[in-house]
Amino acid sequence: MATVTSNRAFNAQLKKYYSIYTGGFIAFVIALAVAEQVGMSRAWIGYWFLFATIALYATIGIMSRTVDAAEYYVAGRRVPAFFNGMATGADWMSAASFIGMAGTLYLAGFDGLAFVMGWTGGYVLVALFLAPYLRKFGQFTIPDFLGARYGGNIVRSIGIFAAILCSFTYVVAQIYGVGIITSKFTGLEFGVGVFVGLAGILVCSFLGGMRAVTWTQVAQYIILIIAYLTPVVWLGVKHTGIPVPQVAYGPVLQKVGDLEKKITADPKEVEARGLAKAAASEAAAALKDPVKAATERRAALEQRLAKAKADNAPDHVQKSIQQALSNTPTDPAKAQEYWSARRNLGANANPPRKHADPYPGANEQARSTARLNFLGIVFCMMFGTAALPHILMRYYTTPSVRQARTSVFWSLFFIFLLYFTAPCLAVLAKYDVYSNLVGSKFAELPAWAAAWRLVDPALLTITDLNFDGIVQLAEIAIGGDIIVLATPEIAGLPYVVSGLVAAGGLAAALSTADGLLLTIANALSHDLYYKMLDPHASTARRVTVSKILLLVVAIVAAWVTSYKPGNILFLVGAAFSIAASGFFPALVLGVFWKRANKWGAIVGMLVGLGVCLYYMSVTYPFFRDLWGVTAPVASYQWFGINAISAGVFGVPAGLLTIFIVSLLTPEPERQVQELVEHVRYPNLAGDIDTRAT
Amino acid sequence: MELTEKHREYWRKNLVITAILLVVWFIATFVEGWYARDLNNVTFLGFPLGFYMSAQGSLIIYVVIIGIYARYMNKLDREYDVHEGEDD
Repeated sequence: MATVTSNRAFNAQLKKYYSIYTGGFIAFVIALAVAEQVGMSRAWIGYWFLFATIALYATIGIMSRTVDAAEYYVAGRRVPAFFNGMATGADWMSAASFIGMAGTLYLAGFDGLAFVMGWTGGYVLVALFLAPYLRKFGQFTIPDFLGARYGGNIVRSIGIFAAILCSFTYVVAQIYGVGIITSKFTGLEFGVGVFVGLAGILVCSFLGGMRAVTWTQVAQYIILIIAYLTPVVWLGVKHTGIPVPQVAYGPVLQKVGDLEKKITADPKEVEARGLAKAAASEAAAALKDPVKAATERRAALEQRLAKAKADNAPDHVQKSIQQALSNTPTDPAKAQEYWSARRNLGANANPPRKHADPYPGANEQARSTARLNFLGIVFCMMFGTAALPHILMRYYTTPSVRQARTSVFWSLFFIFLLYFTAPCLAVLAKYDVYSNLVGSKFAELPAWAAAWRLVDPALLTITDLNFDGIVQLAEIAIGGDIIVLATPEIAGLPYVVSGLVAAGGLAAALSTADGLLLTIANALSHDLYYKMLDPHASTARRVTVSKILLLVVAIVAAWVTSYKPGNILFLVGAAFSIAASGFFPALVLGVFWKRANKWGAIVGMLVGLGVCLYYMSVTYPFFRDLWGVTAPVASYQWFGINAISAGVFGVPAGLLTIFIVSLLTPEPERQVQELVEHVRYPNLAGDIDTRAT
Repeated sequence: MELTEKHREYWRKNLVITAILLVVWFIATFVEGWYARDLNNVTFLGFPLGFYMSAQGSLIIYVVIIGIYARYMNKLDREYDVHEGEDD
């Protein structure tokens, strides 16, 4: 058969091209490494990585430009399972996974693993409940499925609303990541960085839609996985002696445990923890009048210095006090920043948490609430994974149901490579900090720490609280993102690897942003414009409308991002909870329960979304301030579950409502039941055809 | 289009494998998570077992579940003659 041979030839051709591409990229990195040795400056290495990779994505985008609807919306449905797996991997792993994950694990220890489990286990639900059936259905978007399965524009509209709500929340987090990476590694301003990155996103999705996005994402996956693994393997060899540290870091984890015990008991550390607590509460009070407080602190330090001199205190003590004195600014803006940074020391008032210990807490009740919240996050991330439109859409692009199933396997395999490395990186970095940084002299800090504490106080602040000239753990305030960013330097690798990591982070953020923007633009152009407003629009017109909308959405998203809307992890978590509550029940019951009907779906989706949004709005500080909710959070919380896991209530509420309302209203028409049978079998004799063109 | 008994059997088998794999998924995720503290008393490859499972073990189980499902269903398609023609 002609299609079989052409599919095979296409697959072989892709393998050849991407092998050459991978080799070329490695050669490019080696060439830059050589250039660094002969004196290329760091800024130039940064520029090369930034602009060469964006130019590469743009080239793929331009080569894949198209005006054909099936090519534009689902890449012509001929993406082989293996490559769709890589594209899904890049689509999936965002800036939060690439840069933030290892840092979250460093700070939160075991409890951070909720994200690792949730963001991988969700693919089991995608594989078992959705991917093959959506592929058989074979249209363009997720609202397409809801519209066909439940009939009528109301369900489709709710689908459009939910798709835009969760994708937009998520895309803002990505563009934010793009801005941070470009500004950090090239010295461009945050706002400029956002727009440079945005240009990279747009050349790709704008010209070629899903087709361009797919082939760019494969290229981006290759870069991001090389960038993530290289420094970890190096660091692993340093600490475990094996180039596969993921299987061998158990003993390192034990050593971290021993160091935790030592640090907890060390009298110097106990003293520093007390001082950290005092410094934090002093800073909190000082923020009311930063300049006055700074002046007072300077006076106190001067007195102390005079006393040290009179007592003939050791040299390093005098130096430390002098250092503290010169670090205390009286300039209003700087004083504000200074006290804010010191307030963060409050986190060091307690002994270090035991890295491998699940659900720590003061008493049994606190521990059990921590466990519930852990499982709640796992639940929401999993069900959200199985409901995020930009991921589900990817399974429309394979040539067959069979390949859609295999493709979920490859997707998770490629995602797994990064997600089982992140916990390892967190442990290796922690071991390095606890054994090398802690206990070193302030005058002779490890090179990476000396460099990064100058870059950004939010990422790394080290303050000699007890003036002994030695670093205690309680004197270090660390921001999670530094773990991935500084790993190459911790491992003692040349700067070119740092550039590589930045390129990887950029690839992660760009690829996810591409997929999300396309989802939003398609929901508006295909579902709203074509299916609801103008069903007679020509193919070319539909694609053009989609391109224009893409541009508008991208600019709006960048504009919202420029306001720096805080906590990225919450934004991402919220997107998952919303997607899970809005989509999961209607999608899954749509396939597995013929009796589910239009009214069940309408009420069920609204109730699921409503419960989720209500719960967030009364338990998340940002919204509470917005509505002026003053009663304590605990009085609104159910079972002590945090706002990020609102989907824990939204999903069951949605499922239950669809069930009850469907049974109370007439069963769906014969035609709809035939559609359900149709999606359940990859191929039926005398089958109906639902594929869109 | 009328479904034959053979078709219904295909769907039943699909539901059975889906249910079995879902149970495995549930144990590897929520049961493991619930007892993570107790599992940590066991050492595996130098790791506390609870930590190992959440950081790596359960992830491997997920990959294997999806692999088994894809293999099983792709075979079942052919057995029950509902497979697509134009694919390799």
